[in-house]
Amino acid sequence: MADPAIAQIEDLTFAYGRQPVLHGIDLDIPRGKVVAVMGQSGCGKTTLLRVIAAALLPTRGRARVLGQVTSDLDRDGLYALRRRMGMLYQFGALFTDMTVFDNVAFQMREHTNLPEDAIRDLVLLKLEAVGLRGAAPLMPAELSGGMARRVALARAIALDPELILYDEPFTGLDPIALGVIARLVRQLNDALGATAVIVTHDVAETLPLVDYVYFMADGRVVAQGTPAEVRRSGVPFVEQFVSGAIDGPVPFHYPAQGYGADLGLAGRA
Amino acid sequence: MRATLTHLGAMVTAGVWRLGYAARFFGYLLVHSATAFRRFGLTVREIYFAGVLSLIIILVSGLFVGMVLGLQGYDTLQRYGSSEALGVLVALSLVRELGPVVAGLLFASRAGSAITAEIGLMKATEQLSAMEMMAVDPVARVVAPRFWGGVISMPLLAALFSAMGIFGGYLVGVVLIGVDEGAFWSQMQDAVDVREDILNGVIKSVVFGFAVSLIAVFEGFDATPTAEGVSRATTRTVVTSSLAILALDFVLTALMFTGGN
Amino acid sequence: MTRSTIDLWVGVFVAIGLGALLFLALKVGNLASFSTAETYRVEARFANIGGLKVRAPVKSAGVVVGRVAEIGFDNEAYEAVAVLTLDARFKFPRDTSAKILTSGLLGEQYIGLEAGGDERMLADGERLRLTQSAVVLENLIGQFFTSKAAEGGDAKGAK
Repeated sequence: MADPAIAQIEDLTFAYGRQPVLHGIDLDIPRGKVVAVMGQSGCGKTTLLRVIAAALLPTRGRARVLGQVTSDLDRDGLYALRRRMGMLYQFGALFTDMTVFDNVAFQMREHTNLPEDAIRDLVLLKLEAVGLRGAAPLMPAELSGGMARRVALARAIALDPELILYDEPFTGLDPIALGVIARLVRQLNDALGATAVIVTHDVAETLPLVDYVYFMADGRVVAQGTPAEVRRSGVPFVEQFVSGAIDGPVPFHYPAQGYGADLGLAGRA
Repeated sequence: MRATLTHLGAMVTAGVWRLGYAARFFGYLLVHSATAFRRFGLTVREIYFAGVLSLIIILVSGLFVGMVLGLQGYDTLQRYGSSEALGVLVALSLVRELGPVVAGLLFASRAGSAITAEIGLMKATEQLSAMEMMAVDPVARVVAPRFWGGVISMPLLAALFSAMGIFGGYLVGVVLIGVDEGAFWSQMQDAVDVREDILNGVIKSVVFGFAVSLIAVFEGFDATPTAEGVSRATTRTVVTSSLAILALDFVLTALMFTGGN
Repeated sequence: MTRSTIDLWVGVFVAIGLGALLFLALKVGNLASFSTAETYRVEARFANIGGLKVRAPVKSAGVVVGRVAEIGFDNEAYEAVAVLTLDARFKFPRDTSAKILTSGLLGEQYIGLEAGGDERMLADGERLRLTQSAVVLENLIGQFFTSKAAEGGDAKGAK
């Protein structure tokens, strides 16, 4: 019986240098679901995504992904693990010196021995799934932001991964492109039977889309649940985040001395 | 005062640490160079971008350097009645020193900076991360072909520079000024030794090729992934490569061309 | 830039690069002469070899017939020992003399061979009996002054 959680993070602490970015995180990514990790910029959500992607190893604690504990793996093991995952980068990260076709075909050519005809059919299939089959001969420089991200999505699913990771997929897109990406995320996930983890701070687009949400602040998980549960949760940070209020647990004013004192008005604070 | 000294010490420590890192990177690069040779098409592509696209600047510069050597050399030699030694002067200057060194400096500015910018930009736009995530080693796939492309191109460019320079010297000396053609070539052949001069010049250009290519790929790979970081890395490549070429030139010249029996 | 165009240009580049190397080796350097001929070795001892270097030419009648292979010092006889490799095509009599000469006025030093009249030829490993050392400038100047002083002394003595 397959493990119900495709990824388990246990008491994870991570620090790039001296300062920990993640503090004692515990979370599970259930198999077959679309899960969002939300929070402000700098709360550590992208770092968490990288730990799940096995691009970073925990400073303390464990990350178990697709049945393997990432810190136990050697380089070959890490590479084997990554072949079962796909990642969509914030701005696509397409290889600029190759065509759209070659970008999607990259993993097939590197990791499989498929003949070129088979590769061609597969690439066109993936591009068709994201609606860009006609863009196959274009260079990445000729694509709009939204198109580039869709090609990157086609590339991420090239080898039919079990786990797809999205790093801020909705940032900087126009409403139409936003809608397209959101729909694709859901459709591809269901079609491939895969699991998706989306790191984002786009509340409006994400909450209707996902099955489960984790809220993070300052490197910790502060709330979790289904979208409906989370909206009712009553956690002040979540309420402020979801409603977009400018003041609340996250203050509007950056800490400073009294306003009067700053303006030089003696005696008034 | 104390702050300046502390800062200086910190810079030196950082420099030594970076040097060690660069050495480890070089080791890693060599070990993972198999892909660059198994899929030689990748390396061929880089030879095109580093070597072929540098041809124009190398050939033109070589021609001009040779012509200047011809002019200046004649001016000085004819004062001692030795104008027939012009061929020797031009050939030895080029083959022993100017060919490898000037071609190396030009290569560092044109191809070295381009390689650094390319790799740095790939790092800044997360292409290297994406490749790593797709379980393809970016050092083997992106860095190594560019390194070996530079190493292979450099000696060829140096030889072309020297050849063009000698031709330039011939143009100015024999065709324009009127030095005796026979003396020009025969004295040159007498004085230039294949093992002592030409081979040593080739060895120099190979060493320079290794140095410049390594510095170029390392600076690109290590660049801070921002626009400013890439531009700083590109500048560092040109400066460090130039200094390295000149320093290595001194060391190699001292080793190769000392007098004595 | 298609794949085949790139390949073409790289091929052209490598071809002209190697061509330049060949040009340098053949037309500029001295590769064409004297690298693969068969040789035999003879020894020559000198009181003073001056500025003679290894790989200096050995000439006879102005034509290069060999090279200086080694230069050593005999610690017992206190003289210089030069080993010459001569082109096997040219045989020299056993009483050939070797002189250290200078090419031009201030040029490089080389060994000049003057053939003798012996019927038997030098074989590999044998020694040249007749040698003349290099002319050392200081000795020449010293001789000049000594002879000038002697002349002056004679003139005085004759008075």
